[in-house]
Amino acid sequence: MSNVKNFTKGFLKENPVFVLLLGMCPTLGVTTSAQNGLGMGLATTFVLVMANLVVSLVKDVIPDKVRIPSFIIIIASFVTVVELSMQAYLPALFESLGLFIPLIVVNCIVLGRAEAFASKNKPLASIIDGLGMGLGFSLALTILGSARELLGSGKIFGFQIFDGSYGMLVFILAPGAFLVLAYLISIVNKLNKA
Amino acid sequence: MGSKKESTFVNMVGALLIVTLISSAILGYIYELTKEPISKARLNKKITAIKEVVPEFNNNPDSAKFEIPVEGGAPVVAYPAEMNGEFVGVAIETYTNSGFGGLIKIMVGFEPDGTIYNYQVLEHKETPGLGTHMAEWFKPSSGVVKKRNVFADWLFGVKPSSGGDSKSIVGKNPGKVKMIVSKDGGDIDAITAATISSRAFLDAVNRGYNSFKSHYSQTEKEVTNE
Repeated sequence: MSNVKNFTKGFLKENPVFVLLLGMCPTLGVTTSAQNGLGMGLATTFVLVMANLVVSLVKDVIPDKVRIPSFIIIIASFVTVVELSMQAYLPALFESLGLFIPLIVVNCIVLGRAEAFASKNKPLASIIDGLGMGLGFSLALTILGSARELLGSGKIFGFQIFDGSYGMLVFILAPGAFLVLAYLISIVNKLNKA
Repeated sequence: MGSKKESTFVNMVGALLIVTLISSAILGYIYELTKEPISKARLNKKITAIKEVVPEFNNNPDSAKFEIPVEGGAPVVAYPAEMNGEFVGVAIETYTNSGFGGLIKIMVGFEPDGTIYNYQVLEHKETPGLGTHMAEWFKPSSGVVKKRNVFADWLFGVKPSSGGDSKSIVGKNPGKVKMIVSKDGGDIDAITAATISSRAFLDAVNRGYNSFKSHYSQTEKEVTNE
């Protein structure tokens, strides 16, 4: 597979949220606003790229039977790095994402890519795969967050588009996440078939 | 892959040991690196909140903080603010457990006579779009009257908010004004469709005011003697 294809597959053809349906917990939980979605997406992207790189570097020295625990430790370390640095340098974002940052450890996308791709491929290809998948995830979360924020409170990235009191509250609450996700998945399915 | 290590006991233990050692070393380093910025960010947030709720000051309220005991609950924390040694107000970090989502923490600033200077919501788990309005609701309305679309109002069943300052708690003295929602016979309008959050919010404000009063009426004599 060429590097370009490897990179772009995460956006539409194998989008982790809309096609693979991985990582639903942060997807539904944090996307109450576009900013939260983007922040979560970028944090996950960082973890994905770094974990993919390290896993593909050490894949030959880790015996098969202990590879999953080793991968989890590697992933958890990077998540903690993200958590600590976000707490130190982006306290506002950390507050709104809060609980969901440690949960990146159990996000199936990260372990899934480490197991399915990085443990079988070269470091460069693994970085590109992680970057593509991560940005695809960020894109999906940002679109989902924007749609919910716009419908729920009339804003996108905090900019008022229409008066907030016309907003439909349900879109900021959990059921709205499912509704918007369902419509977005159907759109992506249509695009992928065409 | 021929170079792959066999899953023997020694290999497995060795691999796991090395992975955990390296990752704990990295984490320890990052922890040391971020320790100071994290505590600085926390302090900054607190100082910003205090600045927002009391008149201008030039002392360090965080180093002068003290606790005021509350009957049947955790104590509230008070941050006295002084301008050139003169007492200008106090920010009280107060709380309530009766919010729709449990605990609500707010910072309320009182002027020396007990008038509320301003407030800020620190922590809450209220429903987004309903209880969360408390961050702005109880402040005086900005005075800008937005143009509203009559048709859209009718379509969505929106009643333009009545405005007026019976919503606001800023500039009022809980000793003179009844800090209860108007539904319960008080003087403050509750947030539309979030009466429970409003009651809880005012409960926290009252707890702050009572602590303020109990502390400063005790020490009033000492203060005037100085």
